[in-house]
Amino acid sequence: MPSVVRGGHALNYRFNFRDIWAQTDFILEGILVTLVLTVVTMLSGLVIGTLGAAARVHGPRWLSGIVAAYVEVIRNTPLIVQLFLVFFGLPSAGIRLDAMTASMIALGINLGAYSTEIIRAGLEAIPRTQVEAGRCLGLSGVQVFRHVVLFQAIKVIYPALSSQFVLLMLATSVVSQISAPDLFHVASIIQSRTFRDFEIYAVVSVIYLALALAMKLGFAAIHHFAFGRR
Amino acid sequence: MIREFAAIDVYYLLLAARWTLALTALAFVGGGLFGIVVALMRVSPFLPLRALGATYVNVVQGIPLLGWLFVFFFGLPILAGVQVSSWVAATVAFSFYAGAFLGEIWRGCLQAIPRQQWEAGAALGLGFGEQLRHVIVPQAVRVAIPPTVGFLVQLIKNTSLGAVIGFVELTREGQLTNAATYRPFTVYIAVAAIYFAMCFPLTQLSRRLERRLRVAR
Amino acid sequence: MSLVELKGVVKRFGTNTVLDDVSLKVEPGEIIAVIGRSGSGKSTMLRCINGLEPVQGGSVVVDGETVSAPGADLRALRQRVGIVFQSYNLFPHLSVEKNITLAPRVVKGMEPGAARDLALGVLRRVGLAEKIDAYPDQLSGGQQQRVAIARSLAMQPKLMLFDEITSALDPELTGEVLKVLEQVAAEGMTMILVTHEMGFARRVATRVVFMHEGRIWEEGGARDVLEKPRTPELSTFLDAVLH
Repeated sequence: MPSVVRGGHALNYRFNFRDIWAQTDFILEGILVTLVLTVVTMLSGLVIGTLGAAARVHGPRWLSGIVAAYVEVIRNTPLIVQLFLVFFGLPSAGIRLDAMTASMIALGINLGAYSTEIIRAGLEAIPRTQVEAGRCLGLSGVQVFRHVVLFQAIKVIYPALSSQFVLLMLATSVVSQISAPDLFHVASIIQSRTFRDFEIYAVVSVIYLALALAMKLGFAAIHHFAFGRR
Repeated sequence: MIREFAAIDVYYLLLAARWTLALTALAFVGGGLFGIVVALMRVSPFLPLRALGATYVNVVQGIPLLGWLFVFFFGLPILAGVQVSSWVAATVAFSFYAGAFLGEIWRGCLQAIPRQQWEAGAALGLGFGEQLRHVIVPQAVRVAIPPTVGFLVQLIKNTSLGAVIGFVELTREGQLTNAATYRPFTVYIAVAAIYFAMCFPLTQLSRRLERRLRVAR
Repeated sequence: MSLVELKGVVKRFGTNTVLDDVSLKVEPGEIIAVIGRSGSGKSTMLRCINGLEPVQGGSVVVDGETVSAPGADLRALRQRVGIVFQSYNLFPHLSVEKNITLAPRVVKGMEPGAARDLALGVLRRVGLAEKIDAYPDQLSGGQQQRVAIARSLAMQPKLMLFDEITSALDPELTGEVLKVLEQVAAEGMTMILVTHEMGFARRVATRVVFMHEGRIWEEGGARDVLEKPRTPELSTFLDAVLH
């Protein structure tokens, strides 16, 4: 729990960043963990999202209903509560997880729900006439999906999904609350070592901002490469 | 002293949910004020204003909410020279954060009004401010209601992070109850259920409003 | 054996009966023009022929395949029956060549080299050989429609269906598409066209079918039907269309 800071006169505070620079290695470790969590979650979220969207669009009604319920529950409850349930709650059922694993599971389940909706919207955005044209040329359902629908769907999905991924990276900060060693947790440890409360969180915030910017630029570059004018 | 999880705990959780809603309301009002300013800045004809607005949005949205909470929690005392309670820190931080998102949503709604409406206003001799007030904003408000209600859901969920700076809302109460009863699964399921009960109706409302809007167009 | 045989076909959308006891026979080499008001059931009848719409009564037999039967192999049939739609339905993410060669490569297993030659061949027939590497959004409506025709021709069908393919085009682009249709007809293709182009129907069609309220109201040689209507419904329709 962070301490309450006693102020003196307004701005009568000497900012000291030197102690923070001394901890650079530790900060880099935190950045690495944040990135690992982000990438792992992106992959698992994509897989869950694709399966979920397929179930919603093409699956039998009972399956579609289960997926819809899953999506609603995740989207109407906070991530931190989901995380606490996985990390603190599962041991009651005999499943004991370390902080990193619990984080990956909770984040994956969370992103999976949002991805399901995004991918589903993308699939439904493809006009039925495209599928019809494909079937009328003699293509099978799978062939129509692979050659006609897939690329067009990815193009529609890409902006929303890449935004969601950036949001995810920022949201990984919540795993600090179960002491997973991500960047934000590193910040709180440095805070307890150096007592430079404001400075460390300001620095870490800027680092997140830089990471978010880098991700946005990266996604934009990939978009240009894949979908840019030939 | 560990005690059993009982109905009384659910009652306390529900009481704490009041503070969740209170914080949400405060953040919505505060964020709404920020948001209106940002939205207007971003559609104004002055480049510096547009740039400033864009910077605010991009910076706020590029930093995790936890980051903003701590920056305000530790930064406000430095700025104000006095001790800051978790209520004040939370309200300011959430308002600041919500302002960027609401600003974006409302900017989108303003820009969704077709250019022809602006031109029609100008043709009648209205200036920028008057066009905004009499022609654009009334139409934009209708369009803005569904996504704004949708954002309210986000805000309710976001307040769960207030627990981290000691603000006693539903999640914090859940942590405290867990510490007393050692029943994390039951406690957090109850907490999740209460959040769901608050958020789901709003989500449905937002969807219904959006459908009605689409039909009307 | 007729190429296409519809017998007493009944088609309903919910409580709305769109096709009411429709019977039609089409022999190889015929050019059938189907005309009528919107809502008369013409497009629906066309779509029943290649199985896009299921029927509730009667039978549809195309090239020996009973389309209306539950276990019909529609996929195999659609390799022999081509269809061109009003909104062309080209695949926007594929080049003209890829649009045309997709089915031959993926369904018939053609080699890419041979497929490209095939694409060039059909594109020459529709007069667009130079556009082989272009993308659909770089083409005009008329050009896209001609590519759509080429795409269907590439599968070397026995029968081609056309669903109001010039209705969505600007008037000045219609001519180039009709010219291609005339050429395809001259090459001996069996064609069923739902169309509003009466001039084209009179020039090119061997038979004209007038549909009204889900039934075949009048049927016969092009000149007879278009110049000597026997029912008031047809003459009203022709007056409205040919004013």
